[in-house]
Amino acid sequence: MIRGGEDADPVLEMRGITKRFGGVTVLRGVDFAVRAGEVHALMGENGAGKSTLMKILGGVFPPSEGSILLAGRPLIARGPTEVLRAGIALIHQEISLVPTLTVAENVLLGAEPRHRVFRWVDRPRMREEAARLLASLDDRISPDALVAELSIAEQQVVEIARALRHDNRVLVMDEPTAALSEREAERLFALIIRLREQGVGIVYISHRMTEVERLADRVTVLRDGEHAGELTRGHFDRARIVALMVGRAIPELSPPTVVEADQTPRLEIRGLSDSAGRVRSVDLRVGPGEIVGLAGLMGAGRSELARLVAGVDRRAVGHVLIDGKETHFADPRAALASGVAYLPEDRKSQGLFLQMSAGENMTMTLASPSARAGVLSPSTLRDYGERAVTAFGIRLAGLDQSARLLSGGNQQKLLFARALALNPRVLLLDEPTRGVDVGAKQEIYRKIVETAATGVAVVVISSELPELLLLCPRIAVLHEGRLAGVLDRAKDDVTQETLMALATGHAPDVLS
Amino acid sequence: MKAPTVTPSRAPSPVRRWLQAAGILPVLLGVIVLFALLTPKFLTADNAVNVARQASINLVLAAGMTLVILTRGIDLAAGSVLGMCAVISVMLSLSATWAPLAIPVALLAGAAVGAGTGAVVAYGGLPPFIVTLGTYTALRGAAYLLADGRTVINNDLGFAWIGNDYLGPLPWLVVIALAVVAVVGFMLRRTVLGLHIYAVGGNPEAARLTGINVGLTLVAVYAISGTLSALGGIMSAGRLYSANGQLGTGYELDAIAAVILGGTSFAGGIGGILGTLYGALIIAVLNNGLTLMNVSYFWQLVVKGLVIVIAVASDRLRTRHLG
Repeated sequence: MIRGGEDADPVLEMRGITKRFGGVTVLRGVDFAVRAGEVHALMGENGAGKSTLMKILGGVFPPSEGSILLAGRPLIARGPTEVLRAGIALIHQEISLVPTLTVAENVLLGAEPRHRVFRWVDRPRMREEAARLLASLDDRISPDALVAELSIAEQQVVEIARALRHDNRVLVMDEPTAALSEREAERLFALIIRLREQGVGIVYISHRMTEVERLADRVTVLRDGEHAGELTRGHFDRARIVALMVGRAIPELSPPTVVEADQTPRLEIRGLSDSAGRVRSVDLRVGPGEIVGLAGLMGAGRSELARLVAGVDRRAVGHVLIDGKETHFADPRAALASGVAYLPEDRKSQGLFLQMSAGENMTMTLASPSARAGVLSPSTLRDYGERAVTAFGIRLAGLDQSARLLSGGNQQKLLFARALALNPRVLLLDEPTRGVDVGAKQEIYRKIVETAATGVAVVVISSELPELLLLCPRIAVLHEGRLAGVLDRAKDDVTQETLMALATGHAPDVLS
Repeated sequence: MKAPTVTPSRAPSPVRRWLQAAGILPVLLGVIVLFALLTPKFLTADNAVNVARQASINLVLAAGMTLVILTRGIDLAAGSVLGMCAVISVMLSLSATWAPLAIPVALLAGAAVGAGTGAVVAYGGLPPFIVTLGTYTALRGAAYLLADGRTVINNDLGFAWIGNDYLGPLPWLVVIALAVVAVVGFMLRRTVLGLHIYAVGGNPEAARLTGINVGLTLVAVYAISGTLSALGGIMSAGRLYSANGQLGTGYELDAIAAVILGGTSFAGGIGGILGTLYGALIIAVLNNGLTLMNVSYFWQLVVKGLVIVIAVASDRLRTRHLG
């Protein structure tokens, strides 16, 4: 194939796509086209319809109206398998590997090379092919490793390798860098550029503006299920994209308050370790009203530390004090009762009850305390739900709407609302804006600052350093389970570079 | 504040909405109409009471089974617990001192067995299928042992009214079954336990992180299922004036069939008691109608099995687009 570029005919065209679920219209007459050899970024706030559009393309469900053309011909494919065979590969945000199989088996699942004569699975060739596909991505992953043993980032690389096994004309990537380290992301970008040169049409969905600015030849922005605009390279910048996405100006966040150091800390961690060695003798103090960031590379022990404090995992040694009082949490229930709320990293597997309503999701912890003789108090729960919808700006049809149908940002707000339902004294937020769009991010930031202002001690774990720099006057950095340092922006020169240096185990001299 | 992104457009027709909310009810109405057309003996007041009575014990078991399946579990021991507790209740009724306690003791036995099962599932981390497969076998043996391999009979059974008397036009069996449905329905929709059952079944990890006592919820669910199985045993014994080790064999499968016909999902967290009511009635109507038409028992089994699969398959098709 040859590089198509600017004037080429689109390899993929979606025309007038409309999608209704029950009585709710989530896409309204959207046009979207990808040319061969271009990276076309698809942007929009959560709930704008990006995922729905891509699910329609992937054959997960059919459009209510509209048509899809692949290389000028109508795409007649029923279901994801046929779409894949037609040459469209989707890499979803959620990982869909079989953890109990090896990397090679996963990469070639459903397309196993067969022995020429006996037709049984040709394992040596399978290993070879998988190794070849992986080599272009990350040569540290062994084709023989079990997927369950890989980190999330490595699993994502395997997922991408699987999509590459076909001779794809169109490749859709949904937030591919969400779980990747900077180095892994760099490899991915190099790969994307290579594929573009080979004439593959790439749909790139991301909230990360720097990536889009760097990679995209064109940007299409969706807003509220409609096509909000299309910009070509040289004609887009951050401000224009954001303006299209939100359709309004984003208010600036007021700077967070810095708390005096001589107060009794609301949360004090002393010499905290787990038994697996993922958290090693960590000390940390968070005052009332303070927002402390927790930075570190993947696997540095950030989530593990939060889980120890929240009683999710058992600590081996060390102390956790709330308002100066020693605690011994046996489970998250005990932690919640003592005023420690934890917002987990993975909202779908650890946070949401997808088959329950938005209201039930927000008020789950409130149900028991507000009940009389075990009978629910629907009015209390509804009141809280309605207040939360307003306070967080959650966009939904009603409290009874299924949580499944909400966008990632709105789902995240449900969980945030749940975490605040019992008026916690300590709030642990693990990646509170992962996979959340610009507008919702701002709303979550504002809510974090507001919550801290009421005297709550807030710990924010984030892989996005600009986010920590925006929110947190103090940032603690973990490296291989240990506290590498705590940077205070009032005293230290805190930049992404100094944080990174600490996170990678270098340069303790940045500390004051 | 922003306006909602999703705006309702072109509301679905009332018929369609009803069909979506009604679940398996149309199938129940369908088989009723079918039998009414096929045989004049079917649609009479007396026969309606018959069908309800035939459904009653299965309904009580299925109510407990609904809770268990909502938590991603299964209770294969329901029929065995029914048999064992029926034997216990009749044996106690034969002793002058114990007779007044026959019902409470039988119910407690069922509750204890259920709570034990739940504890092993919740805290031992064993799959419910395996744990209850064990209790299914062991308690069947216990029922035979208690009855010493014979049928225990009491022609002067104190609680025979449960199985044979009426409250107004309705047999007590039916009244009890409907009461169980009402209580379980209230529990699921209006109490903390009910909410926690859906949460634990829908996402156990999230439930734990939310501070729900997952273990206790499971123990409660299996204990309720055990208690309701025991109640089923008391109802059976009350109807028959007797009990033996064989009583209730295979009942758990009818209960499971009623639950899945009713749309409760094995994946957990989805479903409810109303569907189970319809499911149990479908099974009872099929048994009754086919018998009235003099269809052989063997053919009844074939038809029943096919109806279960077809009904559930059509239900899937109907709800698929709902995601």
